[in-house]
Amino acid sequence: MEITDEILIDLYKRMVRVRLFEEEAGRLAESARLPGFLHLYVGEEAVASGVCAALENQDQITSTHRGHGHLLAKGGDFNRMMAELMGKSTGYCNGKGGSMHICDLDLAMLGANGIVGAGVPISVGAAYANKLKKNGLISVAFFGDGATNIGAFHEAANMAAALSLPMLFVCENNEYAEYSPRNKTMAITDVIERAAAYGFPGAIVDGMDCVAVFEATSLAIEKIRKGEGPMMLECKTYRFYDHVGVKGTASNYRTDEEVEEMRKRDPLLVHETRLIDSEVMDAESIQAIKDEVQKEVDMSVEFAENSPSPELEDMLVDVYTTGESS
Amino acid sequence: MSPDNIFESAGEASSNGGNSSERKLGYGAAVVETMAQIMREDESVFVAGEDVGAHGGVFGYFRGLQPEFGEDRVVDTPIAEQAIIGLGIGSAVQGLRPVVDLMFMDFICVAMDQIVNQAAKLKYMFGGGAKLPLTITTAGGAGLSAAAQHSQSLEAMLCHVPGLKVVMPSDAYEVKGLLTSCVREDNPTVFIINKRKLGDTCHVPEELFEIPLGEGHVVREGNDVTVVAIGRMVDEAKGAAEKLSNEGIDCELINPRTVQPLDIDLIVESVSKTGHLVIVHEAVRFGGIGAEIAAQVQEQAFDYLDAPVGRVAAPFSPIPFSPALEKQYIPDAERIVAGIKNLF
Repeated sequence: MEITDEILIDLYKRMVRVRLFEEEAGRLAESARLPGFLHLYVGEEAVASGVCAALENQDQITSTHRGHGHLLAKGGDFNRMMAELMGKSTGYCNGKGGSMHICDLDLAMLGANGIVGAGVPISVGAAYANKLKKNGLISVAFFGDGATNIGAFHEAANMAAALSLPMLFVCENNEYAEYSPRNKTMAITDVIERAAAYGFPGAIVDGMDCVAVFEATSLAIEKIRKGEGPMMLECKTYRFYDHVGVKGTASNYRTDEEVEEMRKRDPLLVHETRLIDSEVMDAESIQAIKDEVQKEVDMSVEFAENSPSPELEDMLVDVYTTGESS
Repeated sequence: MSPDNIFESAGEASSNGGNSSERKLGYGAAVVETMAQIMREDESVFVAGEDVGAHGGVFGYFRGLQPEFGEDRVVDTPIAEQAIIGLGIGSAVQGLRPVVDLMFMDFICVAMDQIVNQAAKLKYMFGGGAKLPLTITTAGGAGLSAAAQHSQSLEAMLCHVPGLKVVMPSDAYEVKGLLTSCVREDNPTVFIINKRKLGDTCHVPEELFEIPLGEGHVVREGNDVTVVAIGRMVDEAKGAAEKLSNEGIDCELINPRTVQPLDIDLIVESVSKTGHLVIVHEAVRFGGIGAEIAAQVQEQAFDYLDAPVGRVAAPFSPIPFSPALEKQYIPDAERIVAGIKNLF
């Protein structure tokens, strides 16, 4: 398929939005201005951006504990995101979900998830609804390499295959399940082998390259929309920060050298080089995008800090849906 | 006796039984009839679970649905309880009204993450934006020598989780009215089908009707003691009340119908009249729903109580296989009589 200049620029903008938001969130967390746990997506931007750029707006995604990038790449709003991270009532979840439960149902983003692997069965349900409604949509489950060691993933993969559902499995293999390296937690090198076990095809993708991810996703979803059943992409990627926060105390699980080496393959740098080399954008216009996005990020911090916290009477709101069914 | 036989032995066949001119229907047959009628009027309703389609469910309470509604709306799934609940959650969020079956209530434990951490909390975590019209059907209760992993009554575990509604029909009439409410409800509900009740018949209206979730029912009025019985225990408590009436103890029997939400007002009102309370359930006594009811009644009606609150429930052991032991494990009319007499 042809990768137009518009697509290249769109991919870049999505990645910048994720990167700058996440860097800001990291700074806020380090200065104790964000409560709770923060799982940053920095380093993995090419995956969410490449996948989401290839989707239709109403294609559903389920996400992970590292979910900010998925929502932002799908078009999420900085203000509501930042407010949610601060637990404010103007946030995506009225301040009652937080980083790990960030969602936007209008964008068909069915939630980050604090339980590893748990979004995958929910994606199966969304895919089943698409099948029943014959609406041509697909559902996408993002999950990490660690999640493929969990039963929920295997149940979901088998069920999606058995029911031939319009579903794309996207494994973000960042080589570490929290602080444990892949080779200590599974006896295979490539997670994609697990797709074959359930009878559907898959491909390994360079998860540090948004164009590679976009192309692979586009090819896969074309087949999935035709009714060929689920497929899986294993995006080899890397997170630049720790499992939680920016640089944790338990950081001896990998070396600084390893991180530095991977940073040379920073998905933003990779794509910036491409944009400049192919004369799609120059350094100046790249910087202009960053400046514009940073302004938006700064405004979101201001918005969030000036937003009210939920009131005590909000505690018991939305435990149940009340009123007339519709 | 296999579950199928139980269903056959006294189910649909006796739909015209008794000397009443009113139509009678079996407890299991009421599930089928209700689902068929709801699925005819609402295309967003579908059923999914292990063996629910071609086989009609291992207890037969989905029998005949797949021939009428097809494989896409009566879905045979793999044995994968987490994915079955996930199938329900994801499709419910997308606007469908799934009824997913977990076959035996014991199997909720296999799917507990999807039920407790996902379905129950999704709306709240998402800031209220999501609706989750998900019904989980499952067969609970002992009495078939199905042993420790196929007989449990685990409703108290579910009642403890904000976001879920837990429904325990005691007869075929309630099956129809409560199941209709569950499927039309925008919250996740767990509908617990008692497997010993499958063949029992009673009057059930032909047309769909709703019994509101959270409203208990006074089965029998009385002045001396309030007996709250859950699920199939309503039958046993009725027997106990009859026996005691001959001995001059007048029982008021309350069937909560749903244990979450719980109609505590109805119970408190009754206790204010009778001054005595006994709670009966099939689940083990420790930490059972009876403990919650007892606590709430002493909070709200302490001054009315003339005796400690009594509980008749299962002993604190896994459910034994041997019929000789299982019979003594499950509360029956005789033990309820003894439990009530204890108060006087």
